[in-house]
Amino acid sequence: MQPITRPSAIESDTVKESTPMTHGVDFRALREGLAEPGADAGVKECLAVKDLSLYYGPKRALHDINMVIPEKRVTAFIGPSGCGKSTLLRCFNRMNELIVGVRIEGRILLHGNNIFDPAVNVADLRRRVGMVFQKPNPFPKSIYENVAYGLRIQGVNNRRTLDKAVERALRRAALWDEVKDRVHDNALRLSGGQQQRLVIARAVAIEPEVLLLDEPASALDPLSTLKIEELIYELKQEYTIVIVTHNMQQAARVSDYTAFMYMGDLIEFGQTKTLFTTPRQKQTEDYITGRYG
Amino acid sequence: MAISRLTHHISHQFDKELEDIRSKVLAMGGLVEDHLTRVLDALSKGDLEEAEYVAGSDYKVNALEVEIDDECTGILLRRQPAASDLRLVLSVSKIITDLERIGDEVEKVARIVVNFVTAGSPKSYYVGVLSMGHHVKRMLRAALDAFARMDSEAALVVSQEDPEVDKEMEAVMRQLITYMMEDPRSITRVLDAVLAVRAFERIGDHADNICENAIYLVEGKDVRHVRRDEIAEEFKRRRGEVQGPQTE
Repeated sequence: MQPITRPSAIESDTVKESTPMTHGVDFRALREGLAEPGADAGVKECLAVKDLSLYYGPKRALHDINMVIPEKRVTAFIGPSGCGKSTLLRCFNRMNELIVGVRIEGRILLHGNNIFDPAVNVADLRRRVGMVFQKPNPFPKSIYENVAYGLRIQGVNNRRTLDKAVERALRRAALWDEVKDRVHDNALRLSGGQQQRLVIARAVAIEPEVLLLDEPASALDPLSTLKIEELIYELKQEYTIVIVTHNMQQAARVSDYTAFMYMGDLIEFGQTKTLFTTPRQKQTEDYITGRYG
Repeated sequence: MAISRLTHHISHQFDKELEDIRSKVLAMGGLVEDHLTRVLDALSKGDLEEAEYVAGSDYKVNALEVEIDDECTGILLRRQPAASDLRLVLSVSKIITDLERIGDEVEKVARIVVNFVTAGSPKSYYVGVLSMGHHVKRMLRAALDAFARMDSEAALVVSQEDPEVDKEMEAVMRQLITYMMEDPRSITRVLDAVLAVRAFERIGDHADNICENAIYLVEGKDVRHVRRDEIAEEFKRRRGEVQGPQTE
């Protein structure tokens, strides 16, 4: 078995840089209210991706990605299968390092600090940047223990503290009313949609800053999907959310910003409404209108 | 953006649906234009039959509006169109409202022509009215052409003509007021001419709206309530920056 390759781009970077333009989104103009009417004034930077390239062995899966993920907004990644959107998402909490043969160049700054810095504790990073996958993956434990799990690992064992935290997380995930009378039942007895909300509750219980959602609704029925989307809308008040989705209508519904990726390149990034009504790039237009390029 | 950009969807059915509403709008525009031509003919020749025909034909325009609107609803429901497809459906849905209103104005004029012929009003009342009618007819045709060819620059040129129509209206009105002052017994009949002038002026405004929608379709820019010289300036800037057409 090959050894796991450490990311090569290891350099300390604690200096906050301002990126005036990142793929067409002028964040400085947005922040200072100088952008066009209807623009998102007051937006702050959460994650900044700088010259990020990723290789699976010899194959380059991401090409020089530069972008800024705004804080407390929903950013959607769209693009055809294999375009690199999930790969990019998994960079944000260094999940790719679990894959054999991965090599990463470039930097990702979380509030100005390079997450690839050797001083960064990966477990701590993943606590700050939580993740939810396509298929709900609750632990074969009770609903309560699923949500309390992260806190227990952190050493929280006080019953009252845990009770409070579990209820708060389940409420935030819009699941509390449905499970409050049976929190000690096995989580695997919940429906798919409930399990997915449980997993989101588990992720928010440890108070992350960023939530990464990798196709969180694609295995769910339409009503459960709507509940998840409603939940995303609620959660963005407190968290920065990055969502990968194959469903363009879903991206249009839930996100504030959308990034279109194609074959490892970031083709276009902008406010969702602009990207879906007047995309600048022909490739984006072809993809979102269902044309072959 | 060229017309060919309407097609090339993975779903050929979608191509057909979009092409269908586009060609129906053009057919509706053609019908309205035909009615306008006939009413102007009737006015210049004093042709009662032609005027009555137009006055009784507006239902065809209305039926097309309902039909196209229904198809737009269907496309929005089934396809959730995005980008240029969305802009096409939205602009079509607005253009047919303008065309329907033009149809109403033409019908009004047709009824006025019927009155004019039956009452035997002097032709002099209608000289200015007629020239204004021809002017807005040219505008309407050019606006529909710009939409059909998806030519935003041509649409802007047509749109810039609207103030001229307004000026023309003022001149014709002054003349009609003179007639009324000279002979108060003419007031009832001259008022008809005033109403016709007003109808043509409205048709000019609707043609202008069609141009705005054509620009929105092509450029993705909402140019309502934007000064025309500002838009012209932006088009010029873009031509200077980018050699040749940017989109294919």
